[in-house]
Amino acid sequence: MLETKNINFYYGSFHALKDISMVMEDHTVTAFIGPSGCGKSTFLRLFNRMNDLIADTRLEGGCLIDGQDIYQKSVDVTQLRKKVGMVFQKPNPFPKSIFENVAYGLRVDGVKDSAFIAQRVEESLKSAALWEEVKDKLKKSAFELSGGQQQRLCIARALAISPSIVLMDEPASALDPISTSKIEDLIHTLKTDYTIVIVTHNMQQAARISDKTGFFMLGELVEYNNTKKIFLNPDKEETQNYITGRFG
Amino acid sequence: MKKQVKQNIAFGIFRGLSLIVVGILFWILGFIIYQGCGVISWEFLTTAPTEGMTAGGIFPAIVGTLCLILGSSVIAFPIGILSAVYTSEYAGNGFWIKFIRVMTNNLGGIPSIVFGLFGMALFVRTLGFGDSIIAGSFTLGLLTLPLVIRTTEEALKAIPDTFRHSSLALGATKWQTIQRIILPMAFPNIITGLILSIGRVSGETAPILFTVAAYFLPQLPHSIYDQVMALPYHLYVIAVSGTDLEATRPLAYGTALVLIVIVLIINLIASFLRKKLQKYHA
Repeated sequence: MLETKNINFYYGSFHALKDISMVMEDHTVTAFIGPSGCGKSTFLRLFNRMNDLIADTRLEGGCLIDGQDIYQKSVDVTQLRKKVGMVFQKPNPFPKSIFENVAYGLRVDGVKDSAFIAQRVEESLKSAALWEEVKDKLKKSAFELSGGQQQRLCIARALAISPSIVLMDEPASALDPISTSKIEDLIHTLKTDYTIVIVTHNMQQAARISDKTGFFMLGELVEYNNTKKIFLNPDKEETQNYITGRFG
Repeated sequence: MKKQVKQNIAFGIFRGLSLIVVGILFWILGFIIYQGCGVISWEFLTTAPTEGMTAGGIFPAIVGTLCLILGSSVIAFPIGILSAVYTSEYAGNGFWIKFIRVMTNNLGGIPSIVFGLFGMALFVRTLGFGDSIIAGSFTLGLLTLPLVIRTTEEALKAIPDTFRHSSLALGATKWQTIQRIILPMAFPNIITGLILSIGRVSGETAPILFTVAAYFLPQLPHSIYDQVMALPYHLYVIAVSGTDLEATRPLAYGTALVLIVIVLIINLIASFLRKKLQKYHA
């Protein structure tokens, strides 16, 4: 379970997230929507502490995974990131073979057992619906794959270290419609094993794949509810305006 | 005037200028090959100078230059690459790092004769290495350090942050990320910097003048504390202060040709290495 309590986040003096409290249940898909610059990606990056990499930022409030505050001093960030995987906007495989891309997370974790690594690579590629397409060319460079395949490879790479939560930052925005629908199907099946939080610009996508949707605007969580409710009968007027395309 | 015509004129000028540059380069190369290839022989490459350096070969100078290339590389490459990794990956962008960066660039602009004097004062005298390969290697290493640091920094900066982020997001530490992703990706470009620095080392005369180079020393060095002859200094000697300048003119061109060919061979080896390392970069 992911939970935030009165999160405030600042880039320098810019107040990027304003007093956000929300709960995301296990084995659900939660989508964040909202206009560019609304803070949804910043909020997503709190959960694997990627915002730590940006200089001059400040966080207030509590960010909890299974009841534990992940910003406590005692938390090992590398351990946290093994538990909370991430898929980025643009497919960004490493300049390594397909196999080594997926094995990377295990190798940096110190896993030496090559039979286990091979098994995890196969399982992860199967989970990412890529195995059939690449099983005969695992030694080939990942750059030989198409953009959509590369993105599924990045998903397999994130799954290989057995995270319980997968964060996705607009994972299909750089892909063609067919690859996009493959990724969407994939997200649907992944839900049984993982908790998924996805940022998207595409409202139909949020409506298709998510159980719950949060609408962000100007650093505030305007509305957060079941996806059906948000798209059919939102409580707030801003939400209504946004999903009907009156702005944003 | 029409846009197309303007464009054609502009490109015409650019093309002309680049042809001039390439032309001059080939002229120099052709001139040296033409003048120098006459004296190149197995004997020239494998024997020491004789008859007051008006005859014989340049073997000791070839060996000396190779020693200095190796010695200065051993000193400058690890220090340069590691400090560039530190300044560009770890150190952030604070006042001291900016200061260090500016100083590194300034260091690169210091005339090489100043490095020669400094090397003599520090390595030859204070540290007591005497005129030796080790003193010359340290001096040349210092000289090329700014070049190695700067080109390595550029190579590291050219790697998009997305690769760092996705590695960190998989639970890798910063060091694992640098070691397994960033350095291998940057290596082809780092090698370019190393080639430039080897080119510079093999051609520098001033820094070795007071630290290692011997006027005439037919026997090969036995240890890093020995003096050696070196190609650029030998070239200088037989071109301006030999016993019979006119007679040694072809030898000077031959020496220049050997120097160029050595640098060329090192470049070819390096670009072969770079190709090999690039195999995953489609």
